[in-house]
Amino acid sequence: MTNSFRTSTGGRVNRELPLSFQFDGTPYSGYAGDTLASALLANGKHDIASSIKFGRPRGVFAAGPEDPSGVIQIEEPFPEPMLMASTVELYDGLVASGLPGQGWLADRPDPARYDAVHHHCDLLVVGAGPAGLSAALTGARAGARVVLVDSLSEAGGSLLGSTEVIDGRPALEWVESVTAELDEHPDVLHLQRATAFGCYDDGFALALENRTDHLGGAADPDDTRQRVWRIRAQYLVIATGAHERPVVFNDNDRPGIMLAASARTFLHRFGVLAGGRAVLFTTNDSAYAAAFDLSDAGVTIVAVADSRAQVSERLQDGCVRRGIALHTGHVVSGTDGDRRVESVDIAALTGDNEVGQAERVAADLLLVSGGWNPAVHLFSQARGRLRYDDGIGAFVPAEDLEQGRAVGAAAGHFGLADALRDGASAAAAALGPTATAAVTEHQVDDLVEAPSAVLWSVPGSGETGMAFVDLQRDATTQDVLRAVGAGLRSVEHVKRYTTIGTGLDQGKTSGVVTSGIIADALGVGVAELGVTTYRPPYTPVAFAALAGRNRGQLLDPVRLTPTHVWALTRGAEFENVGQWKRAWYFPREGESMDGAVARECRAAREGVAFMDGSTLGKIDVQGPGAGELLDRIYTNMMSTLKVGRARYGVMCGADGMVVDDGTVIRLADEHFLLTTTTGNAASVLETMEEWLQTEWPELRVHLTSVTEHWATFPVVGPKSREVIAALVPDLDVSNDAFGFMTWRDAEIAGVPVRIVRISFSGELAYEVNVSAWHAMAVWRAIAEAGRPHGITPYGTETMHVLRAEKGFPIIGQDTDATMTPQDLGMSWVVSKKKEDFVGKRSFTRLENQREDRKQLVGLLPQDPSVLLPEGGQVIETADLPEAPVRMLGHVTSSYHSATSGCTFALAVVRGGRDRLGETLYVPMNGTPVPVTVSDTVLYDKEGARRDG
Amino acid sequence: MTDMDQPSTPGADLPDHPDFLWRNPDPKPSYDVIIVGGGGHGLATAYYLAKNHGITNVAVLEKGWLAGGNMARNTTIIRSNYLWDESSGIYEHSLKLWEGLAEDLDYPILFSQRGVLNLAHTLQDVRDSVRRVNANNLNGIDAEWIDAQGVKELCPIVNISPDVRYPVLGATYQPRAGIAKHDYVAWGYARRASDMGVDLIQDCEVQGIDIVNGRVVGVQTSRGPIRAGKVALCGAGHSSVLADMAGIRVPLQSHPLQALVSEILQPVHPTVVMSNAVHVYVSQAHKGELVMGAGIDSYNGYGQRGSFHIIEDQMSAAVELFPIFARAHVLRTWAGIVDVTPDASPIVGLTEVEDLYLNCGWGTGGFKATPGVGSCFAHTVAHGRPHPYNEPFTLDRFTTGALVDEHGAAAVAH
Amino acid sequence: MQLIPCPWCGPREEVEFHYGGQAHVAYPAAPADLSDREWAEYVFFRDNPKGLFAERWVHSTGCRRWFNAIRDTGTHDFRAVYRPNEPKPVIS
Repeated sequence: MTNSFRTSTGGRVNRELPLSFQFDGTPYSGYAGDTLASALLANGKHDIASSIKFGRPRGVFAAGPEDPSGVIQIEEPFPEPMLMASTVELYDGLVASGLPGQGWLADRPDPARYDAVHHHCDLLVVGAGPAGLSAALTGARAGARVVLVDSLSEAGGSLLGSTEVIDGRPALEWVESVTAELDEHPDVLHLQRATAFGCYDDGFALALENRTDHLGGAADPDDTRQRVWRIRAQYLVIATGAHERPVVFNDNDRPGIMLAASARTFLHRFGVLAGGRAVLFTTNDSAYAAAFDLSDAGVTIVAVADSRAQVSERLQDGCVRRGIALHTGHVVSGTDGDRRVESVDIAALTGDNEVGQAERVAADLLLVSGGWNPAVHLFSQARGRLRYDDGIGAFVPAEDLEQGRAVGAAAGHFGLADALRDGASAAAAALGPTATAAVTEHQVDDLVEAPSAVLWSVPGSGETGMAFVDLQRDATTQDVLRAVGAGLRSVEHVKRYTTIGTGLDQGKTSGVVTSGIIADALGVGVAELGVTTYRPPYTPVAFAALAGRNRGQLLDPVRLTPTHVWALTRGAEFENVGQWKRAWYFPREGESMDGAVARECRAAREGVAFMDGSTLGKIDVQGPGAGELLDRIYTNMMSTLKVGRARYGVMCGADGMVVDDGTVIRLADEHFLLTTTTGNAASVLETMEEWLQTEWPELRVHLTSVTEHWATFPVVGPKSREVIAALVPDLDVSNDAFGFMTWRDAEIAGVPVRIVRISFSGELAYEVNVSAWHAMAVWRAIAEAGRPHGITPYGTETMHVLRAEKGFPIIGQDTDATMTPQDLGMSWVVSKKKEDFVGKRSFTRLENQREDRKQLVGLLPQDPSVLLPEGGQVIETADLPEAPVRMLGHVTSSYHSATSGCTFALAVVRGGRDRLGETLYVPMNGTPVPVTVSDTVLYDKEGARRDG
Repeated sequence: MTDMDQPSTPGADLPDHPDFLWRNPDPKPSYDVIIVGGGGHGLATAYYLAKNHGITNVAVLEKGWLAGGNMARNTTIIRSNYLWDESSGIYEHSLKLWEGLAEDLDYPILFSQRGVLNLAHTLQDVRDSVRRVNANNLNGIDAEWIDAQGVKELCPIVNISPDVRYPVLGATYQPRAGIAKHDYVAWGYARRASDMGVDLIQDCEVQGIDIVNGRVVGVQTSRGPIRAGKVALCGAGHSSVLADMAGIRVPLQSHPLQALVSEILQPVHPTVVMSNAVHVYVSQAHKGELVMGAGIDSYNGYGQRGSFHIIEDQMSAAVELFPIFARAHVLRTWAGIVDVTPDASPIVGLTEVEDLYLNCGWGTGGFKATPGVGSCFAHTVAHGRPHPYNEPFTLDRFTTGALVDEHGAAAVAH
Repeated sequence: MQLIPCPWCGPREEVEFHYGGQAHVAYPAAPADLSDREWAEYVFFRDNPKGLFAERWVHSTGCRRWFNAIRDTGTHDFRAVYRPNEPKPVIS
């Protein structure tokens, strides 16, 4: 296909660089610098999509992101749904198709990379049109740190689509000189293809930069496709321009109907004629430039219909000079055509706000302009207040932001001189005297414009045909009137009733028009009716762009213990515990999980086994108030702990529910080290800090997280004493010399270690603590010393079985946030002596006194081969009654005990401790399985094994 | 309901709304019952007061536009698979009402029982999930535990690879759960309530609650004073503000909760997936747009906007779980205000002020409860005593300690 | 996303902070002497105003110190920050 609607010269496209692409299966060509929309129009392709509800043909309605109509799907190189053809920069090999309002996703993962960059600046300027460039330059000259972002492929904004003159030269020469000067300022970051899509508090703005798509096959696949710029600015200059507003009339949706300035943009920026024979329908002066420029470029302008009764002599002369028939007091009342507009009905507005008999003229292009809406989206997101301006029929900024300002057309100042002045003065306002001195005055011939008419909808629209308010949603004036007739009075309700403004364009061209039509129907002012809320993002942003690098293994940091690689090489399976990877079990070749766990358990019970318990949270507590702090935090007494000894402790919340447990060892008079469960390490520290800093600042204590500093290796089993003795020959490891719940400093493999006699398995056990830097040396030494005894590494599953056999609960597994220490059978850990501690008062509440609270007990399946499901519910009856069934509690832990040769479980059961010996039932697959309630300790009830 | 059958898979368009929805009356000087708050709960309460109890001299006072708060901002997930008996009681009551609601309201509310998957990513998630499934089954609620492969069969686009950061280990599945179209629900209630004589009064902000001798007698509004026999507060995120007017202290904190929507896409997501561990929940709405929510913003706020990093985290989670979502686009983000209690369960019932009734604290669960709480709250207001389903949800439970601790106990918050 | 003025470190990104709820709710001097209702008031009940709110924050990934702030919950704007030992500023 040839570019038959391409002008012979002009435009910003690179005619030396032709690009091939496909649309709806047909090959086309365009030029570097084209958008998909301009390239299609250059090929005379107007009918590019079909509408969502009625399947009507739709074309390109605007040259920018406000286009409600030209919605396409990218198919190759990688599928991307629902983009506006006007915002897709053309590249070689692009394959796209028109959409019926519904896109489709790839069926495979996106290979592209995305990332984000933080940036801080004095001045963030959004938009590189005349106002934005003027602001950025003023800021740069004042030495400020400036960021200038703009969504197009090059700077210039509206100047790219016009023939303006600045200081006697074509405006684009001025643009070039400004960008060249900005380039020389080291503190200026100038990003094109970067759309600011969100404004938040305190000068925080987000911009999405397209980095590689436009390069097509030449893009480096390792480069990030899109980048989110997270910009924190001292001052925000919103120079986002304005969107031209359509007027609604019958059959206003045909391909070939286009906003006037967009057609002018296609001409000047892309060298594309949007048609051969055009009509202009306008309510204002600005659109004449489009008609005149297109006429001068060879398009026949059949007629101009201006809804105003009078237009200026200048415009009349312009029409006369070009042989354009000017119909003042006229409107377009309808169109006709098959896949594209073929004729336009022009009719007079009569005095009683009706339209007269229409005259039909042949045309393949209809330019429409109902005035301009300042692009106040970002301003509004930044919580700027808007006011309705009756004169232009649009909402404009009513004030400056605390840290920013809208300028130029975004502020409703549509002249070029205004834009240049606005931009500079905003920078000056932000930056002070140095910037004020840098303000340059420019010579610009702004034409004096006559007042615009405000016309939302041509009278009678929709009464006989379809007059679309929102082209993408196929919503018409009749839909709006029907909504009002249904009793709706709020624009938000009408939006929901009609779905206007919910499409890809989010109502950029339909929003204010809708308000206008409703206001007319209700006989109220647009000002009091308002407009629907502007919400981020300004233009659609891909999920993956926002996800950035935080995907896959980077979704959340991975924390590894010192022995991770060792475990990995031993074939360990791992489980996620919080952010940690913990060795779960160590299967041997061909061994099942059950087999591995049984073997590991036997080793711990009969010989010796060791594990990496380094993930335990560890908090170092130092200072004269340390003992007092721990007394207030733990339910039991810690200040009486002697140096050299260890004590188990439980923490509750103020509500009296158990939140964590662990051990406390006293290293010196004013120095304790406590452990927390793996998952609660951070929250326990934060809670302790909270109490300390906000409630008890009089206590002189320092809390330090030392979780990563200490590796922790329990060495467990009847042979553990021999292993430790071999490792530390000069330490008296006898029970008398090194008793349970005491600790000793020692040295293993030349490394200082602290060994604590604590046991989470009930067996004789030694917990070796060592600086994480030297942990592997010590781990290997333990493995070596244990070799004669067949020392066996074990994982978290075996740890769980061993502790469950002893009835030791795991906080978070055997408890939820509704269990007290008493419920756990741990009244012994609740001090009677202390006047108070966190949670104590809650123990005397009514609910805590109930006899039937859920209590931790053991459950023994009466068939010892049945393994109860963790999470199984406990009921009273052997038959399953009709729902709802009364539930007594649930199974919290359930295992095979290799040692005892049976299955067993821990459970919380209503009044459980009074039910010992009772038969209860746990439904499994709908069948209640009988269990006997037992105490929590299955193994070594008398505790004989603890001391070896 | 043959003419209102809804598409079970997403389609590009929705059924039309009726030609007439509601009257726009001026407030009368006095009503038997004034409901403060014209959201889903307020409208449903008005409807059931009229329908079930014949009380129609009722006004619903709304400071903005009807159903413009959380009703317009939620992600429309409906399920009843809650852990505790108290919660599953009222939510299952609600789900049963949902099942007949289109017919009851004669409105195409697009209740699509496409099932909800609550994913488990850790071994403790699995235990909590199985616990909840077992409890649900014994409470007569449909629920099952399914493994990762089963998840894949129900929702083929979920990434169940073991190589991701937090692999999917399985899920609870409630087949009767699903989504509905929120505006249609609210407007269905509003239309029927208005039709039965309830005055729906918008742009009418309650600025004071008149109490004489411990008994409520009316309200002060931006449109003047209105007398009332009974006043029922359905203020959602603003419940604390309303309760303060009556001198009632409620243990609520109001937080922003954000959500977002994508463009309209061809059907890819046949069910509803929720994941607490990676903080996202997503469905594909009737037109085809992906609707997602995230965790709540941590701070108190009435600003109906949240922090952007929450949205970014949510997108990371979404693309992690659903790799094909990578190039879907965020079209619009927004926030509602959720009123959260210490145990994440609501407060519904009588107050220390005679004839003043309170319904609040629904946090992130309000939409799904709409029919259930509407009917129970109407019962409570009509009879002056709680319905059995809302009896456990007293204010008093914070004193006695009889909490219904859903967020402390269950793996599911939303 | 806000810039929160930590009184110890200066303005920092919101993601560095954790929220701590209402400020100036002192732990009761003698919990044992309180009625269940009074104790519940301390444990569960916090103000939830729309407007100015004195609340606690902690600079979790910064200095790890707690501080107080006066924030407008309607606009989310921080109006003042102060250290725990400083008096609550008066803001109209």
